[in-house]
Amino acid sequence: MKHTQPTYLVSLLATLIVLTAPLHACAQEQRKTAWGEPDLAGAYTEFTIAPLERPEELGTKEYFTPAEAEIFQLQRLEEVNQDDETEPGTQADVHYDFGTYALSANEGITSPNLRTSIIIIPNNGRIPPLVPAAITRRDERAQARLGHEFDGPENRSLTERCIVWPSTLPPILPGGYNSNLQIFQSPGYVIIQGEMGDPRIIPTDGRIVTDSLPQWIGNSTGRWEGATLVIETTGFNDNTAWRNATANMHVTEWLTRLDDDTVEYRFRVEDPQTWAEPWEGVYPLTNLNALLFEYACTEGNYGMANILSGERAVEQQAEKQ
Amino acid sequence: MKPFFIPLFLLILLAAQQVYAAGPLAEFPRASDGHPDFSGVWQTLNSAHWNIEPHVAAAAVLPALGAQFAVPPGMGVVAGGTIPYLPEAKAQRDRNFTARLLEDPEGKCYLGGVPRSTYMPYPFQIFQNINEIVMVYQFATGLRRIDVGGTEEAPLDSWMGWSNARWDGDTLLVEVSGLNGLTWLDRAGNYASANARITESYTPLGPNHVLYEATIIDATVFAQPWKISMPLYRIVDKDFRLLEFKCEPFAEEKLYGYLRKPEAQ
Repeated sequence: MKHTQPTYLVSLLATLIVLTAPLHACAQEQRKTAWGEPDLAGAYTEFTIAPLERPEELGTKEYFTPAEAEIFQLQRLEEVNQDDETEPGTQADVHYDFGTYALSANEGITSPNLRTSIIIIPNNGRIPPLVPAAITRRDERAQARLGHEFDGPENRSLTERCIVWPSTLPPILPGGYNSNLQIFQSPGYVIIQGEMGDPRIIPTDGRIVTDSLPQWIGNSTGRWEGATLVIETTGFNDNTAWRNATANMHVTEWLTRLDDDTVEYRFRVEDPQTWAEPWEGVYPLTNLNALLFEYACTEGNYGMANILSGERAVEQQAEKQ
Repeated sequence: MKPFFIPLFLLILLAAQQVYAAGPLAEFPRASDGHPDFSGVWQTLNSAHWNIEPHVAAAAVLPALGAQFAVPPGMGVVAGGTIPYLPEAKAQRDRNFTARLLEDPEGKCYLGGVPRSTYMPYPFQIFQNINEIVMVYQFATGLRRIDVGGTEEAPLDSWMGWSNARWDGDTLLVEVSGLNGLTWLDRAGNYASANARITESYTPLGPNHVLYEATIIDATVFAQPWKISMPLYRIVDKDFRLLEFKCEPFAEEKLYGYLRKPEAQ
């Protein structure tokens, strides 16, 4: 498969040229809802130039210069939108062409960002190593799956099963495509609806949401601290296992409007049974000035049937030979 | 009764009547713009999810399910009792009924659509501000955004449709179009097509009750417009909240079980 989108590259370069400063901490105070709370409502893209983890060779360098960012951006797009013909017989080869459906990373709005990584703590910009117990958990899971990847729907990933996505779970991280979210507000509530996921209902009226009932996307309680929405989430489902985390993972999120088009998204992940130290990240959410359309994942999940029936066909073929 | 007490008795009766007339509606929450505030968790209390038409009790779709999952009787929620199907559409409804175990979109964990999501046996939560209303349904975690004062037409068909609302006094009127016609209206196979236009109305009945009505116009399926009508009940349980009902894992066997690896079946 091939896709080149030179016009998008040009527009992205233009974005980079006007990009001047890293995210600043001063929040925009003026935008309030009719009932006086900070107004975060809107639809935003999570796409940003910064990768989740900083390339190791950059060490503790936190920001690019605009010129460096331009080069880095071009390299990243090249990686994401490989022009090479894919290898026959691989999953990439039979996967639909992202470019055809305007799903390539260079085809939508991308938040400008001079950061060299989304992760800012620890200061190498990388996820801390897994603790030994987490490595054991990960390896046991992988071992149990080995050779059974296509046995049935339960053996497929949570995203293929339309259950949860990294772009919709807390912490919200940009994924491959459709990394967009919509924020609604009403007195006492904020709803964060990831394009592909379920709405997170976050009370901000002082009630404490208990976490005794595990949920795929955790149990979230919100509060306002000045212009910032703070969300604490605990009580995940054992099977969520986001990046090998346990159900005890504790995620804190801070959302702050910086200007009419930008909300800063900051998060901290804590789970001593998975990582020896908490880690934090930050990236901008850029207003799409549009509405998100219904995603309806499972209703159109032809992929699951195709993956399983494809594997059954392969097995039958092997039996005949 | 002494003659003296008769006017007093009448006076008390009159006062009680006025409290009854003005009281419950006066107690319905109001938003800052003065309109009724429908924010809260709501659910219906009827058997419309089994069949919106009047129906007697019936056996479960699978006999092995016994009395637990048998169909409870219901007075129906259709004004006039019967849906005015065109002859061929009625035949399709009957085919749907026969095939309901396999074909009802609810069993596949598909979004419920409008109006079915309202009276599925799950709570839903309304979030309201002046410009938009969001309804989140527990089943399949469906979400509708309703543009208050909006006039934009649906850009594409979808499962939950496209909703524009306006106020008519204390009634919220929601015009729903852009439905994809793939949803059903109940577990009995009643349905409308992608041509359906639905006008919903939400009217306060008392502090914890709302009258929900939906008029369905679809000339390809029905001989005339028709209406369903039922109360919504506010869930007042302490600390109640909408928990996840992620039904995808529960529908996988039904949707993909036949594709399992043979020895894994």
